[in-house]
Formats: sequence, structure tokens, C-alpha cells
Amino acid sequence: MRPFDYIRPTDAADAAERISGAGVKAIAGGTNLLDLMKLQVETPKVLVDVGRLDMASIAEDGAGLRIGALVTNTNTANHARVRADYAVLARTILAGATQQLRNKATTGGNLCQRTRCTYFTNTDQPCNKRKPGSGCGAIGGVARLHAILGASDQCIATYPGDMAVAMAALDAKVHLTGGATGERTVPVRDFHNLPGQTPWQENVLETGEIITAVTLPPPVRARQIYRKVRERSSYAFALVSVAAIIAKEGGKIARADLAFGGLAHKPWHDPRLSELLVGETPSPALFEKVADTLLDSADARGGSDFKIPLARRTLIAVLTEATEDQL
Amino acid sequence: MSETIKVNGSDHLMPADARVSLLDFLRHYVGLTGTKKGCDHGQCGACTVLVDGVRINSCLTLAAMHGQQEVTTIEGLGTPDAPSDLQKAFLEHDGFQCGYCTPGQICSATALLDEIRAEWPSDASDDLNAPSLSDEEIRERMSGNLCRCGAYANILAAIRQVAETGA
Ligand SMILES: Cc1cc2nc3c(=O)[nH]c(=O)nc-3n(C[C@H](O)[C@H](O)[C@H](O)COP(=O)(O)OP(=O)(O)OC[C@H]3O[C@@H](n4cnc5c(N)ncnc54)[C@H](O)[C@@H]3O)c2cc1C
Ligand code: SF4
Ligand code: FES
Ligand code: FES
Repeated sequence: MRPFDYIRPTDAADAAERISGAGVKAIAGGTNLLDLMKLQVETPKVLVDVGRLDMASIAEDGAGLRIGALVTNTNTANHARVRADYAVLARTILAGATQQLRNKATTGGNLCQRTRCTYFTNTDQPCNKRKPGSGCGAIGGVARLHAILGASDQCIATYPGDMAVAMAALDAKVHLTGGATGERTVPVRDFHNLPGQTPWQENVLETGEIITAVTLPPPVRARQIYRKVRERSSYAFALVSVAAIIAKEGGKIARADLAFGGLAHKPWHDPRLSELLVGETPSPALFEKVADTLLDSADARGGSDFKIPLARRTLIAVLTEATEDQL
Repeated sequence: MSETIKVNGSDHLMPADARVSLLDFLRHYVGLTGTKKGCDHGQCGACTVLVDGVRINSCLTLAAMHGQQEVTTIEGLGTPDAPSDLQKAFLEHDGFQCGYCTPGQICSATALLDEIRAEWPSDASDDLNAPSLSDEEIRERMSGNLCRCGAYANILAAIRQVAETGA
């Protein structure tokens, strides 16, 4: 690890002010940043430890819920209202990492965790995300974990996290402070960027801007499912994952919010899927059509082509499960 | 003014170099070598300790982040003369071969028993509000502790015994 200065800010405003220079990074749980600092993928000169700021509580937000940026993944998944009303969120968190890591991982750090592309984490390899202009080792390389939707000729990495997939399905909002426009709110669905020509700009955070909380909308009565397909049954990142919030009324689908992990540089949400599903009677033909639509622009490079049929089957299995036992 | 970290009940001065991980602090500054370094990247669990009673990977955190907090390591759970229930159960059930992963396994399992008592759910819980003590649950909750020797069956038996009988 390269040497750095370690400072503890007094409050969120102080933190944002201190982070406003190049080479200064926030650290919360540290489980992603320190991992990357040991590999010298990240080489900050100053670490601003936001870990003790007053952003570690969960509170009612109207009929919804406000989860502070420093609430640990464990405390979110354990929260009585999350278990009762936002089961899909608890499920995504519990499907990620391990108890030790979830005890440390925070809401803000989890949203900002970086890709698990092995060319990104190996400083001997070319990587446009780590070193702009150096090329992309994964394109034409070993790319099993890589994107099949929304990738670019610069970067085919995926966003690896689980929690944000539920937040995208729930249409949660990220609250930010410290940027040029002061406080602002961004839907989780718009928080992460596609790689385009600037794969190093992974999300909409400006320099100095920090996440203060995520708010969940009022709960809906619906079937909530998270299906994560991975190479071992625990302690592995998703190859493909589906978060689904689905309600039926009088035999027809009344609500269908879907989001996907492992497919793209961001939690993937395609508004066309709800349009196809809502108002329809569930059937295998309908689900096939939804899968066709999700994957109509799918493009796999080499090793990740298996994800196309895997995403199709996982989506259809989840839609079937979510609709078969509801009236 | 220098900060301190409490380790197994006694205070230790924070290292001057901010780069020191909690794991290296415990092993090289405090001299407690029970806590092991397997991967140094959060992937194996050999470095598991309890901080304010909560299990974490000590390799992926800085000592500097834990000023005024209380760390419990394997040495703090029991001694050869007065082992904890889990330490005894690991001996009885042969819950190890080389022993390298064992301190992490026992710290993890110690926290696991508290977590089950507090009804924390896991990925293996069918009902998020009523986790059970099935083998599947224990395995999932211990999935952050790898054992290269493959002593898993005996580790499971040791944890199950303490969970069920309290000793
Ligand atoms: C072995 C292993 C397995 C894992 N498996 C999974 C898995 O299966 N699923 C999964 O989803 N995750 C998994 N993870 C990743 C884990 O969830 C993340 O490391 C964790 O969520 C990051 O949170 P943190 O608080 O520790 O972040 P940190 O490491 O502290 O920070 C991460 C990034 O977020 C930034 N940041 C932190 N807080 C803020 C804030 N408030 N505002 C702005 N920026 C901020 C930091 O500057 C840094 O860039 C795994 C990690 C490991 C090591
Ligand atoms: S896919 Fe993206 S992160 Fe991976 S090597 Fe290419 S540019 Fe880097
Ligand atoms: S040494 Fe910390 S998890 Fe392996
Ligand atoms: S006993 Fe050897 S690694 Fe577990």
C-alpha cells in the first residue's frame, strides 16, 4: 500500500470539503477500497474516514424508509421493516459476500464498489477503466464475468453488487451532498453510468460529493424475489441475478418491477419489461417475449456468451415462480 | 494525543503508520499471532476477529479506523487452561487438521451463536423472520471461513453441539 494521510472529518459538510481534491477518497467500511489499495489499483494520498459520521441510522420516511449511507449491510438486512416490507432488499444483501463482510460493508460503499474484472485488478494488464487509453484486456481475453448489455468498445466490465439490484427494482433514490448543486437526489436506476468512452466514470458522483442516504418508496404488496446464479452456492459474485417485485390482481399482472445484476456496468432496468407484463395473464409465451425484449441487444464477447441463455432462463424461472402461487 | 485500541481487555497505542491493517496490528504490534493471515483480501476468513462483539475480517480494515473500540481475538475467547465452549468442542470433534483456519473459524462461530440467538436472517433462511438451526443455515453462516484441509464436517458438528447444548 502506498503511504497516505488518514483523517476523520467532523460532519458530512466537512467530509465533502476535504474530499474536493484529486487523490482524496472517502473510506467507510474499507472492504473494497483497502482491497484495491493493497493491489495499488487505488492509490489515494488522503483517506477521509466517514465511518463515524452521523449517517448510520434507518428511519421512517413518510410511508417509506430512509437508510443512512453508513448503515451496515447487516443492519439493513436485519431491520424489521426491511424484512417485512422490502424482503427483496434483505434477500439481495444476504446473498452477497459473507457475514463478516456484511458487518463492515456500508450502504454508500456498497453502491460505489468497483468491478471485479480481473484485468482491472491486475496492474500488469491494460485497462481503460484503471488507466484511460491503455486498452481493454478483457475484450478478446478471458471474460466470463463480463457484460452482455450496454457495454462499449472501451470496457465490458460489470457492476458486481447485489444490494443495488434490489434498490433499482424498488426505484429507490440516492441522496447526495457536497457537489456543485448542493444537495440532490438521483434514482438508483440512474446512479451508475454505462461505460461508453469514459469507463472510469462509474457513477454520477462529482468530486467531493458524498452519499448521505438511500430512500425507499412506500412498500407495495407484492411477491418479492431475488434469484442469484453463481459458481458456488455462497460467497461468490453473481453471474446473473434477477430482482423481481410482482403483484397479480384477478389473474392478471398488476405490477412488475424487475432489475438485473451481472449483465451490465450498472444494475440493469428496462422499462419495456413492465409495459409488456402489466395487464397481461401470465403465460410461458409472455415470459419468452419478455426475455426476448430484455436480450434483444445482448452482445457477448467470448467467455460470457453463456450469460445470454442463463439470463433468459433465470428471468423466466423467476417470473414463473412469482406468478404461479398468487391469485 | 495518540489513540488506543483495547485488545482482549488491555489498551494498546495506535501505530503511527496509517497503513497498518487491524490484522497486522494484532500480529506485529500487539504480538497476538493467533489471528491468521490467509489471503489478506477478505476471501478466506482466517483473520476473523470480533470488534465490539461483531465479527469482521481484520485484514480489510485499518487499525486507525478502530480507535477506542474493543477487539476480541482467539486469545481473548479462552486459554489452554480455560477454553471456551467452542474451543473445547473443536477439540472434541477434531474440527481442524493443520489448524491454520481454526482461530478464524472459532471467532466466527462465536459470533454466529449470538447472531442466531438475536434471530439475524441468512441467505439460507426460508423465512426471514424465523431463521432455524439447520445444517444448511450453519454452513451458509460459516461460508466466510474457508478450510483448505476440508475439516468442514467436524467444524459443523462442533458448532452444532454448542448451539444445541450450550457447551
Ligand atoms: C471477498 C469478497 C466478496 C464479496 N462478495 C460480494 C457479493 O457477493 N455481493 C456484493 O454485492 N458485494 C460483495 N463484496 C463487496 C462488498 O459488498 C463491498 O466491498 C462493500 O459493500 C463496500 O462497502 P464499504 O463500506 O466497505 O466500502 P469502502 O471500501 O469503504 O468504499 C468503497 C468505495 O465507496 C466510496 N464511498 C464509501 N462511502 C461513501 C459515501 N458515503 N459517499 C461516497 N462515496 C463513498 C469509497 O470512496 C470507495 O471508493 C465482496 C467483497 C469481498 C472482499
Ligand atoms: S472490461 Fe473494463 S475494467 Fe475490465 S479490462 Fe476492460 S476496461 Fe478494464
Ligand atoms: S486474511 Fe482476511 S479474509 Fe483472508
Ligand atoms: S484446518 Fe487446515 S485450513 Fe482448516
